[in-house]
This record gives sequence, C-alpha cells and structure tokens, in this order.
Amino acid sequence: MISIQRIRASKKWKSFKKQWYKFSKNPLSVAGLIVVIAVIFSAIFAPFIVPYREDAETFKTHLERINQPPSSQFLFGTDRSGLDVLSRVIYGFRYSLMMAAVILALVVPPGVVLGLIAGYYAGTWVDTLIMRITDVFLGVPPLVLALAICSVLPPNILNAMMAVSLMWWPWYCRLVYSLASSLKNEYFVQAAEIIGARTHQIIFREILPNCLAPILTKITLDVGWVILIGASLSFLGLGAPPPTPDLGTMVADGRDYLATQWWISTFPAIAIVIIILGFNLLGDGIRDLFAAEEA
Amino acid sequence: MLKVLSGVDFKVNKGEKVGLIGEAGCGKTTTMKSIMRILPQNASVPHGEILFKGKDLLKIDKKELQRIRRKEISMVFQDPTAALNPVFKIKDQLFDIIRYGGTYEEGRNPSKEEITAEAIRVLKDVALPDPERILENYPFQLSGGMRQRICIAMSLVAANDLLIADEPGTSLDVTIEDQILRLLGSLAVGKNLSVILISHALGAVRGLVDRVYVMYAGHMIEVAPTEELFSNPIHPYTQGLLRAIPKLTGGGILEGITGRIPNYLNPPEGCRFYPRCDSSDPNCENVKPELFDVGKDHQVACVRYGRK
Repeated sequence: MISIQRIRASKKWKSFKKQWYKFSKNPLSVAGLIVVIAVIFSAIFAPFIVPYREDAETFKTHLERINQPPSSQFLFGTDRSGLDVLSRVIYGFRYSLMMAAVILALVVPPGVVLGLIAGYYAGTWVDTLIMRITDVFLGVPPLVLALAICSVLPPNILNAMMAVSLMWWPWYCRLVYSLASSLKNEYFVQAAEIIGARTHQIIFREILPNCLAPILTKITLDVGWVILIGASLSFLGLGAPPPTPDLGTMVADGRDYLATQWWISTFPAIAIVIIILGFNLLGDGIRDLFAAEEA
Repeated sequence: MLKVLSGVDFKVNKGEKVGLIGEAGCGKTTTMKSIMRILPQNASVPHGEILFKGKDLLKIDKKELQRIRRKEISMVFQDPTAALNPVFKIKDQLFDIIRYGGTYEEGRNPSKEEITAEAIRVLKDVALPDPERILENYPFQLSGGMRQRICIAMSLVAANDLLIADEPGTSLDVTIEDQILRLLGSLAVGKNLSVILISHALGAVRGLVDRVYVMYAGHMIEVAPTEELFSNPIHPYTQGLLRAIPKLTGGGILEGITGRIPNYLNPPEGCRFYPRCDSSDPNCENVKPELFDVGKDHQVACVRYGRK
C-alpha cells in the first residue's frame, strides 16, 4: 500500500513538473509570474521594506523636503507634502491588491451561481429572468455605471469597490451560463438525473467542476482589469481620498505638476502599468496551460 | 407540432425481460425517455399514463420521482464515453450512487469502508479486473468497454425494479457488445429486475429477452414472445425487418424495406406503415389499426388481421 501511495504522490509531482515545464517554456508568462510574486511580496512586507514608513501611514507633512526630485535619499522623489513617493507606491500595491481581491470575492460567487442556475434552467423563465437582468447591466457602459454610483455615494474605497463589483458580476454570469447551458445536455448530467440526483447536486457536483478551468482563467485575467478600473475611479476622485497612498489617487495628485515635478505622477503610473502587465501575462500563461490541457 | 408517439401500449412484468426493436427514428428512445421523464423541454406527454407499481409516473411530484430514479428505475445509455463525468475519479461517482441508491435502507448512514467494499463488489460483478485500481482512475483512462461496464454497475446499484438499456452496446465493437449484453442479462436475472432492452442487434435481442415489441414510426405494431416473433412474424414491417438480418448461409444482397419513416409533422392518417407496405389495401390509408390478437400473447396492428 505504501508503495502505491508513494507512486501516486510521485505521479502528482510529475504532473506538476510537467505543467511547470509547459508554463516555463513561455518567458513572458514567467516574467508575469515573477512580477506578480514581487508585487504580492512587497505588499505583504511593505512596513519592513519601505524607507519612510510613516509617510504612507500617518501622512505627516514634511515641509523641509517637499517636491524633491529623485535622489539617492528619495529614490522616487517626494510629493507636495514632502512624502516619499517610493514608500507610498509600495503601500499602493496593498490597496490595489486588496481592491482586486475584495472585488473578485464579491463578484465571482454570485456571478457563477446565477450563471449555473440560468444555464441549468436554460430555455425556461428562470433563464430569461436572470439573463435579461444580466443584459441590462452589460448594456450600461461599465465605467459610466461605476461613475454614477460613486458620484451618488460618498467617495471612499469601499464604495468604489461596490461600484466595480456591481458592473463586473454579469461577465461571470454570462461565461458560466454559456458553459452550463451546453453541459446540461451532456449525457453524464442526464445520467445523474436518471440516477435520482437532486437539482443542487447536479448543478454543483456535475456541472460546476466542469466549468472551473475557464472560471479560474478568467479570474487571473481579470485581476489586472479590476486594478485598472479601481485606479481609474481613484484618479477621477471617486475612490480613496487624497492622503491615502492609492496609486490612482497619487497619479491624480501630481497631474497638475507634471511639467515641473514629473516624478509625483509618473512613478505611481508606472507601478500601475507593471502590476497590470504582470497579472495579464500570468493570466495568459495560465490560459494557455488550461487550453493545452483541454485540447 | 410533431406527433411522434401515439398508441404506444407497453407492459413489462416483474422480472420479465422485453426487447424493443425498430429502425432508427421510430421512437424507441423517446418512449424510454418518457418513462424516465427526461424528455427535452419542448416535448410533452399530453395523454395517457405511465404506471409503475401502480403509480402514474407522469403525475408524481419531483421528490417522489427522484426517489424512484434513485432506488427503483435506472437506465444504461448508448454512449459510455459521455455518461461519466470527466472530472471525477470513478470512485467519487460510484460512491455517491452507492450511498444514495437502493443498496441501503432509508436513513442508514453507511461507513466509508462499507461503501468501498460494496463498490469493489459491484465492479467485480461486472467482470472488471483489478477494481481497486479502477476506482482510482478517471474515465478517460479506461476503455469504452470498461466504461460501459462501470455504467452498468452504476445502473444496477440504482435499480431495484426496472432497468432500461438503451442500445447499451451500439458504440462498442461487436464482440464487446455481445459480452456486455450477456452480462446485463445475467445480472438482471440475478437481481430479479425487469429489463427493457432497446437494440439493433436482433440476434442479441433474440437470445436475451422473453418478449419483443416492434415499433414503427411511433406506433407499437407487433408484440409476441421472442421465439414466436422470430419464427412467425405477421406484420409486413416485422417481416421486412427480419428479412434484413444477414445470414451466415449467404444469399446475396439483402433486400431491406424501401422508403423511409414518414415525416412526423404530417404522418399518414391511418396505418403509418401504409406508404411503404407492399401488401396494403385501400382501407389502410384511413383506418388506424388497433392491436389485434392473432395468437397466444401475439398481437399485431394491421387491418388485414383485424377483419378476421
């Protein structure tokens, strides 16, 4: 028995190694993975690696060092309140990642569940009800919807996240709907019905596991976009209010001084580009992995 | 609207094995799907009743239907590659069926060891070698024959009264098909199940079942005990069907039956076989034939015999 278990364990390890080999053959995916790991790492350990921790936490103004250009003391320079831009950018990673995590956690479960239900009951009034509501949400331009919500509610990071969530779930609903409505005609679903499985067992145990690969791929591809939308809202003044070290807020903060103090906006903007690029490259790599598996 | 089935009168006794034959598209599978109530959403059974142990399956509520499907009736599909969920190991699929199926009495919560032992037993029953290993496999790691055996094992677990086998061997090669059908027959006898076997392999049907129903274009046209039907077919369609069986003694190209199944949008008023029948008379066009007795347990739906 022990030997069988060992063989099984080594089999799992082998298949993992095979997957990794496939993944690592694409240098862009690996670059994306490295960027993502670096970003997550620096977000988690931000208090220990930033040079001026209080600049990103208590926002105490330092008049003696305002608007300093990048130097060996302040690698990314300082902003109009004399706060170190590098420290604030690294703290900005925290906000961006937290925003992405919270939004996806809010968006994926309801989107997936509604999509499964609509797909399983495809052709009935349940399907019509859910999918037409979805269509209504998809019909409104996403940023406009988020702007409308944010301008009604007071601008803070929580409301921004709610606004983005509200416009994001229909995409998951529609993706899962298309998968579930074709899966429900598969023989194994009919077989489960014939064997007397209950509706929730069919939906969550037969159909859902067969949808997981596309859902996971979409999540990894979406992280970058969610961060971008969040940053856009902050940039427009509808997200986190100014002293918060949010990347979008910081870009907005320095945009009037771009000609003279370019570093205030430029470094947070580059940080946004790098995060999104990293997640998108990683997402592409993961998508190729799943696609190769299915082929 | 398509009127596919009409006048399908069908009876299976406890422990009896019946065969259902007819050409492709004649409504065999539709009949079985009506029994299991898995017709597509745009299909319905507007008249009639389907009695199972005295209860009308068309009228019972969903809970009762699920209970009956779980414990009493079950079905084997034509295509074993599609009937197993591709993302789960065999054990994950089989264990659930054993736990919720008809093996244990209501309310009992069997232990994992019991279920594993039972799973190994049912896999041995369907003559699968090395069941411990198979439990750990995913469906794609097994051959078509093995998968169909697993499907049969699962169906048998979930059927205490009636097993419907819808062309269980058609997608397999002939030798495997023969094995599968024999296995199905012997296991059904062992469990005293009623069986409805749909098959195009008339030879296999002949060897397995007690009575045969012949369907044509949604009508039941002839029913007889197996030997009686094969030795003395009466309906012109049955005669044609049996003439189309290749024989070992040779005899050139088979004649078959000319024409094709009528369009269900606008089927003939009277006998649905009339346009293809070579011994038809003018009456056939308008009169829908009932099933007439022509011998012991032998009934046929043809006006030529009704007038006698």
